[in-house]
Amino acid sequence: MLPYFARRLAQAAVIVAFVAAISFALIHLAPGDPFSAVMDNPNVSESVRQTLRAQYGLDKPLPEQFARYVGSLARGDLGWSFSHDRPVLDVLATALPNTLLLMGVALVGSFSLGILVALIQVARRGSATDHALSGVTLLLFSMPEFWFAILALLAFTYWLPIFPVGGSVDAVMHDYMGLGARIGDRLRHLTLPALTLTVLAAGGVARYQRAALLEVLPADYIRTARLKGLTEREILRRHALRNALLPTISLIGLSFPALLTGAFFIEKIFAWPGMGLAVVSAISSRDYPLVVGGVIIGSIMVTLGSLIADVLYAWADPRIRAH
Amino acid sequence: MPGQIQESALTRIPRPRESAFALGLRRILRAPSSRVALAILATIVLIGLLAPFIAPYDPAAQPDVVALKSLAPSLAHPFGTDPYSRDVLSRVIYGARLSLAIGLLSTLVSLTLGVAYGAIAGYAGGVADAFMMRVLDAFLAIPRLLLLLGILVAWPQLSIGALILFLGLTGWFGLSRIVRGQVLALKHAEFVTAAQALGASRRRILVRHLLPNLISPIVVAATVGVAHVIVLEAGLSYLGIGVPQPLASWGNIIQDGADQVAALWWMSLFPGLFMVLTVMTLNILGEALRDAHDRR
Amino acid sequence: MTPLPPLLSIRDLRTYFYTEAGVARAADGVSFDIGAGETVGIVGESGCGKSVTALSILRLIQPPGRIEPGSRIEFEGRDIVTLGDEEIRDIRGNRISMIFQEPMSALNPVFTVGDQVAEVARVHAGMSKRDAWDRAVEMLALTGIPDAQERAKQYPHQLSGGMRQRVLIAMALMMKPALVIADEPTTALDVTIQAQILELLVDLQKKIGTSILMITHDLGVIAETTSRVIVMYAGEIVEQAAVDELFARPHHPYTEGLMHSMPHIGHDQERLNVIPGTVPAPTEWPKGCRFRERCPYSWDLCEREHPPLYQVGAGHVSRCHLAIEPERRNSPHAPLVVEEGVAAA
Repeated sequence: MLPYFARRLAQAAVIVAFVAAISFALIHLAPGDPFSAVMDNPNVSESVRQTLRAQYGLDKPLPEQFARYVGSLARGDLGWSFSHDRPVLDVLATALPNTLLLMGVALVGSFSLGILVALIQVARRGSATDHALSGVTLLLFSMPEFWFAILALLAFTYWLPIFPVGGSVDAVMHDYMGLGARIGDRLRHLTLPALTLTVLAAGGVARYQRAALLEVLPADYIRTARLKGLTEREILRRHALRNALLPTISLIGLSFPALLTGAFFIEKIFAWPGMGLAVVSAISSRDYPLVVGGVIIGSIMVTLGSLIADVLYAWADPRIRAH
Repeated sequence: MPGQIQESALTRIPRPRESAFALGLRRILRAPSSRVALAILATIVLIGLLAPFIAPYDPAAQPDVVALKSLAPSLAHPFGTDPYSRDVLSRVIYGARLSLAIGLLSTLVSLTLGVAYGAIAGYAGGVADAFMMRVLDAFLAIPRLLLLLGILVAWPQLSIGALILFLGLTGWFGLSRIVRGQVLALKHAEFVTAAQALGASRRRILVRHLLPNLISPIVVAATVGVAHVIVLEAGLSYLGIGVPQPLASWGNIIQDGADQVAALWWMSLFPGLFMVLTVMTLNILGEALRDAHDRR
Repeated sequence: MTPLPPLLSIRDLRTYFYTEAGVARAADGVSFDIGAGETVGIVGESGCGKSVTALSILRLIQPPGRIEPGSRIEFEGRDIVTLGDEEIRDIRGNRISMIFQEPMSALNPVFTVGDQVAEVARVHAGMSKRDAWDRAVEMLALTGIPDAQERAKQYPHQLSGGMRQRVLIAMALMMKPALVIADEPTTALDVTIQAQILELLVDLQKKIGTSILMITHDLGVIAETTSRVIVMYAGEIVEQAAVDELFARPHHPYTEGLMHSMPHIGHDQERLNVIPGTVPAPTEWPKGCRFRERCPYSWDLCEREHPPLYQVGAGHVSRCHLAIEPERRNSPHAPLVVEEGVAAA
């Protein structure tokens, strides 16, 4: 298993290197000065402009610029965010944990919910329940994330004011609360954005898992299980699911890009102070370094997620683990 | 084997002779869900095509910025008006036109790139193939939205054409993998060696064997691809870097009402509904196509 | 048929499949008995209904197929056809087991071999994990798997085809069932392994005392393992006899044809012999005798009347009108078998 892990890690490193190259290309492919928005903005101080020029060596030949770029990336220097007046890494590092929290909850939630729904559908395949759930999962799967989030916001903060409108904590009262109340406050603010992202993602997981289960059911070993006298439910849960979960583990890796994208929109709509909100705000202020920084960090996250999923898969499938 | 004589009778039930494609199409259209989906999609496409004729007002007209501003749905304006006194229904209709067009055109770009890249990589093999695949992996590692953000923020004023181009440039990765896989499988397929031994030219092999196998994944990728782009474009427009104002796309309309989401609920609801309908029907058809192919 | 009361008694089994192309009468009025400790063979080519019959015994027929009402399968005093779900599950793997021909895919790839065999005991005997595992290892050793303790911890992909089949046999015999149905247990295995597996089955049968229903298309397997043979064609039983009697005096032209198609060692032959013609489609069994179109002796009666099972010897029945007009056997109007690839005259 270890050589497999090492190989995948090396692959991931190569990918990140390419991502850096792509980011570099992005920065320099834009017309004119990559930071024309900055350079032309009278509010940006001269010292910042000097820093940027020096940092990016805008007057040096491209290959040398690339080398310096890679060097600064390796040092963790992602540039300067002038809309926040702080290093990009700083801004993103503060925001990242919030996004991870959101995505983490949504990942666990959506897969649990999705697998559960798929099991119900397969156990009652052909019934009205199955068809109804198919319709629901299709709807969720086809829904634009931001629209769903808007609807959720409207539904549960305006029309039925159950949840707070946005942010991760109560802007005014949080610091005055006791520990228990503070945790409760955080949870209350986390619930709606996390739930929204969870439900959306669960649709896709349910569809995928259902297809995987149905593919496994005609297998010979399922027939063997039936011959042993197991109930249909036991067959489904013990024999079918265990096999049908394997492709779902791959799905975990594949769902990181979608989860991240969804998180971006949800953070904007619910004003959740994560990386998504930071990047989206950077768009309106044309804070290009921050946007590119977000692209890099996001890609690294996705690559790592995919790596972890692959390793998990290799561990879970005895056919691979033994070798 | 001794005693065993003929193949199973159950497998010899006679079947009509039809091309696989026609058979697949028939099978798809048999399911009521596919037929309904096709009907709905066709209606929306028709709406888009006939927009200039069926839209009650000019989508960019701002007749009375005071009296007609932000009106709730009424008989005169079934979908209400926006903060610039434009009729939302007309904008949604034109939005169908634009969003669908963007979806279609960018997907065409993606398909072309995807097939070309995948075919070249598969055909070349060896180091070139490995390198091309690594580059592909890198592109796949960047979520499409992020990549687009990175590109679109650099260009402050983007034309529709450029938007379509960039959308297309970011959507070909998955398909090229599939195409490459097919080409690789074909390179090593026994019947190709046999055909070559019989003197078949490379082009003949390409056309007679590769293309039929590719049609199905391409069609599926196209259907699903258009659905993705519609959602993506809406998202980008919502963030302000998609379709430029004053053009009407579904995402733009939602963006226009984003500041007062609760008060101007009709600006989020109607474009969203249309989006969901379009994407749902595309997904249903895409899945039906995929099933028909798998069961071949 | 047998002096002792039968263990399994099938009467008029009809299993039909309702397909787009029509109703396929896969098993169309099958009746036979199996006695305790007996090994009965069903022989016939693919599509004759032997596998469907076997699956019907354990009620494993899935839609669009179903066992038609009026069919009766009596086992240990109960009619399997009308049993409830819980009762049929009680029988499966416990009182009646089944072994299939594809050992490669019949085992779940994500569980150890020992786990899967032990599962039978956990389900039916309520054994603890520990006890069930021990019993499983015992059973695996009994089927001739060397180093059973270690092997039980392995996964199916780590075992050869022959070993996997032994595992499946162990699984089938865990609860010492009264009947084991073996559906082509050796077809997918190497020739050298086939003999071993057959020997094992016969051996275990003697040790445990189960009855075996051996389903195969291979007359060689029939000769080696069974004491009584049923020949099936087109969804029906066309002949039944003790194995020696069948080989010595096959009555039904189909059985005759099967015998003549077997290649003989020492006999020089350019091509294999086959019975001319093809099996009719199960959605349209022909009127009268279903074999008549390929039969060298058929005459007008064969088209008019569907032949019943005539008694043609001691414990020997045959579904052929030749039983009442045996002289027609001397004047065939077509060859019984032809060389493969040569069109029938």
